[in-house]
Amino acid sequence: MTDDELIWRISGGSGDGIASTSQNFAKALMRSGLNVFTHRHYPSRIRGGHTYTEVRASADPVNSRGDGYNFLLALGDSFARNPQEEAVYGNEEIKPLSENLDELREGGVIVYDEGLLDASEIPNFEERAEENDWHVYPLDLRGLARDQGREVMRNTAGVGATCALTGMDLDHVQDLMRDAMPEKILEPNLEILQIAYDQVREEYDVDAPDVSVPTGEHDETQLLMSGSDAISYGAIDEGCRFIAGYPMTPWTEVFTIMTKNLPKLGGISEQVEDEIAAAALAVGASHAGVKAMSGSSGGGFALMSEPLGLAEMTETPVVLVEAMRAGPSTGMPTKPEQSDLEHVLYTSQGDSQRVVLAPGTVEEAYEQSRIAFRLAYEYQIPSILLYDQKLGGEMTNVPKSHFDREPNPTLGKTLSEDALADEPHSADGKFHRFQHDVEDGVSPRSVPGQKGGRFLATGNEHDPTGHIAESPDNRVAQIDRRTEKLEAIRADLDTVDTGSYAGPDDAQYGILTFGSQQGTVEEAVGRLNDAGVSVKSYGVSDMLPFPTEQVAEFVESVDEVLVVEMTASGQFRGLVQKNLGRYGEKLSSLLKYNGNPFEPAEIVDGFETAIIEGDGDASGHQTTFVPAAGD
Amino acid sequence: MSTFSAIGEEREIDRDEYTPGVEPQPTWCPGCGDFSVLKALKQALPEVGRTPEETLLCTGIGCSGKLNSYLDTYGFHTIHGRSLPVARAAKLANPDLEVIAAGGDGDGYGIGGNHFIHTARENHDMTYIVFNNEIFGLTKGQTSPTSPKGHKSKTQPSGSAKEPIKPLSMSLNAGASYVARTAAVNPNQAKEILIEAIEHDGFAHVDFLTQCPTWNKDARQYVPYIDVNESDDYDFDKTDRVEAQEMMRTTEESLYEGEVLTGRFYVDEDRPSYGEEKRAIGEMPEEPLAERYWDDDYEWERSHDMFLDKHA
Repeated sequence: MTDDELIWRISGGSGDGIASTSQNFAKALMRSGLNVFTHRHYPSRIRGGHTYTEVRASADPVNSRGDGYNFLLALGDSFARNPQEEAVYGNEEIKPLSENLDELREGGVIVYDEGLLDASEIPNFEERAEENDWHVYPLDLRGLARDQGREVMRNTAGVGATCALTGMDLDHVQDLMRDAMPEKILEPNLEILQIAYDQVREEYDVDAPDVSVPTGEHDETQLLMSGSDAISYGAIDEGCRFIAGYPMTPWTEVFTIMTKNLPKLGGISEQVEDEIAAAALAVGASHAGVKAMSGSSGGGFALMSEPLGLAEMTETPVVLVEAMRAGPSTGMPTKPEQSDLEHVLYTSQGDSQRVVLAPGTVEEAYEQSRIAFRLAYEYQIPSILLYDQKLGGEMTNVPKSHFDREPNPTLGKTLSEDALADEPHSADGKFHRFQHDVEDGVSPRSVPGQKGGRFLATGNEHDPTGHIAESPDNRVAQIDRRTEKLEAIRADLDTVDTGSYAGPDDAQYGILTFGSQQGTVEEAVGRLNDAGVSVKSYGVSDMLPFPTEQVAEFVESVDEVLVVEMTASGQFRGLVQKNLGRYGEKLSSLLKYNGNPFEPAEIVDGFETAIIEGDGDASGHQTTFVPAAGD
Repeated sequence: MSTFSAIGEEREIDRDEYTPGVEPQPTWCPGCGDFSVLKALKQALPEVGRTPEETLLCTGIGCSGKLNSYLDTYGFHTIHGRSLPVARAAKLANPDLEVIAAGGDGDGYGIGGNHFIHTARENHDMTYIVFNNEIFGLTKGQTSPTSPKGHKSKTQPSGSAKEPIKPLSMSLNAGASYVARTAAVNPNQAKEILIEAIEHDGFAHVDFLTQCPTWNKDARQYVPYIDVNESDDYDFDKTDRVEAQEMMRTTEESLYEGEVLTGRFYVDEDRPSYGEEKRAIGEMPEEPLAERYWDDDYEWERSHDMFLDKHA
């Protein structure tokens, strides 16, 4: 934790513009030279319901949400439905203020819209504020916006107040408004921003801010980007020009970004009847020679099991993305969890012959989206990019240069008509699409419409021409060849090294994690080392084929390992143990499955209690500790 | 040599080209109606001038799915009920391909019913042949979506309590622009209907009555058949949706009373295909997308040059 950071939380109702306001504010902070990281919390509702977004800003790199936050801008929930305390959802009107007090740090600032929120409805509000040394600024943001004729622009008034209270210049915010807002609403917004700013500066002594905005500088152009953006751009840069899908939170983000951009690239997006069709369309398009993708979240991905297996058996390259949310079933649609890991690894009948990658950061999301496509097409195998609501929706700054790379539209081992002529054919001209003995197990393919390339693709086991065949020798030859591809992919991935390491090489202890918790774990590792604990971390991305050697080496090199993941059953720890086949006595788990991602302090506390103090009961308020086998 | 030189090739085509050199022993039973679909396709494809290597045949699972093994084109034997989404994506990826999908009545009207409705709704330019034998054959004689009410089988031991699906009406209501029914016992009509269906620019649905002599009916039970377009007993305009609907209803009901009515029931030549609609709104390229991957001169766009500034 750095003391010199602003963690600004804007809260209100779903539909109140919290997301767009926070995005603009985050971008303004980024443009001012700071590193930023956002974290959002929202309900599965169109209008109303408590929602907030946190923007963390620091001159130092930030790759995680922080511990709590230090500046609250509480707007009203204009769509609150249940004013009674006894109602199922409680008193929604006051939630933007009441729900956010527990995590506000000591000495923090509260700005709330007294036009909509009445702090006296919150029990002991004043006492709590005093105890925690909170600086409370009740402002009539609604009234201020209404005076300018635009009540909905109270968000802007809140941003103006934030700038005044933190000592932030309005320049970057104004620039962003000019970039983002249509003419019609720009002028009144700029006015409201200025009026709120001036009014706060007049009314209060802001020369020594309670919480101030840090200053920083970037030495190259930064972009504010989410994991969903990064995945989409990775796909585009790999030459993906076809997507099919069905809306489902949180996968819809990638689907809509691709759908918006593909027509500009002469590509095709298809919104279809269900996820079975979506994945089947991606398979069909790829079969016809186009780089294609589909995706969904848990329940929708379940429907893709069959086409996924078809892609494995017919060796049709395809990329599927799976944006995890809390399950089982409909679970908690807008809350992150990592518990689809086993689902994605093993769903569909037969032995899994697929690639599963779980990027840990926005930068990795771009990189691994590209790797997923490259592997899918080079090795004729389905690749799955596994991420979650957290990585998909969080925004952080990434240097623009990260994306300055060559496109890769190649289809892999796909033969031209000239090359096809030299390949083995049956006497009747049928191309041997599925040859037994080929390098890396990859038999070159043809595309419908090519002369000399016709073959049958089938979900049945088949002979080299594609014809249905059940002879034992052919069966073994084909399945061994398809399995050989996974070995070749493992060797390929070893040259790319998708893992992320933090902490000293010779550390005494280790933390293992996968996917979106990586940044948070790395922050915790930094803090633990600062506090004199010798610990390092390994964020694993390759779920299948698993980097057994690297993980074994990591586990071997330390006394004990804490495995951190957002599941209730320790799925990732199970995967590690399955692949390593030993070290069970070294691995304990810290789990979180309450719908919110880890905060760094939860990992620090869990680690200190469980590993350093050796306390078998190291579960935290929101986390669960599971000791190592044999303990 | 072009990328897809099999496409648009102008030459005489011999129907034997569609016969695999090493023809697998057909797994269909003697007397099976499926042979007639194979034969009609082998006759229709040369007549419409489509070669084996510019044709993609996508099938589902069941006896009908074996069609791919005996018709030597590019083939995709998909999974149960899913031939249509695979087929229509291939057509979008490369509209120059002749795309034909085929499956059984369980495949198309049962497990794949949702895809059938939506593919018809979107009016993809392709042909869909449903081998309708009113039974699940390959899994040994269970009641299917088109089995008559009261049909007894091991899965409906008391006789099915369900009315059968009305495939022609369903197709029309979903949006198919060509709807026909033919029968295995009527090879000349079958060939003519398949030619029309393949040449039709839109979703052409052919409900093909294929007797299953092992589990259901033999060929004699589909005789006599009546071509409603030629019979004096029926007078309707196949381009008129309301009249077509009426004729379909009569046809669907009379099948279960032992009267086999066949022919073209609905033809709409004016409705644009899905590809045309999609191109009209700028959401599909004019040139086949599949060709771009072979164009050495194409400058592939990068996100870096096109989409990143708004993030800065």
